[in-house]
Amino acid sequence: MTQLALVIDLNVCVGCHACVTSCKQWNTSGSAGPLEDANPYGASPSGTFFNRVQTFEVGEFPLTETLHFPKSCLHCEDPPCVPVCPTGASYKRKEDGIVLVDYDKCIGCKYCSWACPYGARELDEGRKVMTKCTLCVDRIHNHALPENERKPACVMACPTNARLFGDVHDEDSEVSQAIRERGGYTLMPEWGTRPANHYLPRRLASLIDEAKL
Amino acid sequence: MKPAWSVIFLTTLCGMAQGLMLALVGADAFGAALEPAAARRFFGGGALLCVALAGLGLFASFFHLGRPERFWRSAAMWRTSWLSREVIAVPAFIATAAWYAWAHHSGQAYATAVGFLCVACALALWVCTAMIYACLRFIREWASPFTLANFVLLGCASGFTAASAWAAWMAPHWVPAYLLAAYAALAAGLAVRLLMLRRNVRLRPGSTLQSALGVRNPKIAQKSMGAMGGTFNTREFFHGRSAAVIRCVRWVFLLLLFPGSALLLALGQLRTSGALLAAALAVQYLGLLAERWFFFAQANHPQNLYYQVIS
Repeated sequence: MTQLALVIDLNVCVGCHACVTSCKQWNTSGSAGPLEDANPYGASPSGTFFNRVQTFEVGEFPLTETLHFPKSCLHCEDPPCVPVCPTGASYKRKEDGIVLVDYDKCIGCKYCSWACPYGARELDEGRKVMTKCTLCVDRIHNHALPENERKPACVMACPTNARLFGDVHDEDSEVSQAIRERGGYTLMPEWGTRPANHYLPRRLASLIDEAKL
Repeated sequence: MKPAWSVIFLTTLCGMAQGLMLALVGADAFGAALEPAAARRFFGGGALLCVALAGLGLFASFFHLGRPERFWRSAAMWRTSWLSREVIAVPAFIATAAWYAWAHHSGQAYATAVGFLCVACALALWVCTAMIYACLRFIREWASPFTLANFVLLGCASGFTAASAWAAWMAPHWVPAYLLAAYAALAAGLAVRLLMLRRNVRLRPGSTLQSALGVRNPKIAQKSMGAMGGTFNTREFFHGRSAAVIRCVRWVFLLLLFPGSALLLALGQLRTSGALLAAALAVQYLGLLAERWFFFAQANHPQNLYYQVIS
């Protein structure tokens, strides 16, 4: 079974938010309707985003590192958000493992967002339905696009190639190799949700052989 | 979590209706027989009260939905979703309560049997409602058998209190029995709620910033959550009140729900005053609203680990 996913390299993410804005641009322009942007030029703007980049400081001064951390729906292999949905609007596709919301069936009860430990779902205040990352399902299977553009918008936009996209069940895929060779890990493994998206850990700068740089 | 008033009214009003139905059917099946006309008024009218209370709760729940016009879709996934099961159980309870009211009103011999069917629906509804919260294993404040025990006992307490006020008006000789049941439910409810509070204070979070980010370093500080304004994630999962307000609400519900209402019930019993019993029910319901608000506010969602600092 295919399981499409993102693999995010935390070594090279520079926190530029290009993935955030490209995601918003693509997903606000599709047939599903625009993503909410409430009060965009006011004091307290609030909108729907499928992908956010957060920043953390790790360690204690002077031994600190800045960690830019992009996060979107992790397309769990055992997604806790799907069985709780009362209408069947939340579902996981058998053919490619993408977790999606059928906006025509969603009643906006928000229960799936309670059931997601990662906070990956956001209720769109404009359409009053639950929304989340679709892995750009309308790009990656779109035959009107050139084959090299059939990737999620965030992957296309990343200037440092921090975002890899592919089938994590295919052992020979680029993403599987990256996970295998570079210690790819998942978030909150303690809940057994088996996220499909993986992260490649930061390598300690002191361990990098400078002669090879 | 941010307490949602729609859900607070749904769970408290339906809980009271379920407890009241238990009280009615208990008296119907095991109490001394009433005159046919009195039985018609007491059981028929009481069951209509259950219909009204649960109907109000159901009406409140619609305000929780972003798309209430699609409510009918929510019964579809009963095989996997406790919420879907609740959506079936609430109308089933209301329908059987209405049937019970009609059966008594028209003097049907099988009325008590319908009452038992309605009690079965009430019990099923309690399980569904509690499991909506208890099944979310990573919201650890909710994921315990205490959630079900709390919903059942507080529902019984408010239902039995309502039954005593109803009986004071319609069938006074049942007031002492109902009050005894209400005291017992309140005592058991207090014991369970205190144990639940003790458990939740001692809980260790299931997830940490280290497991949320996959970084082992014990010193991690958030510098930006990726948005300057509010987001769904900052609105839905935080109660937004100070620790002092939370402590205050806890004392309000502990005092109003248990000793406050028990004191008024005892006064009502001493003075044989139906008005005091009704006042006890009102005070108890205010305490119940505070209790349910606290139930939601105390739940700590692991997604909050990602939303600690705006910038």
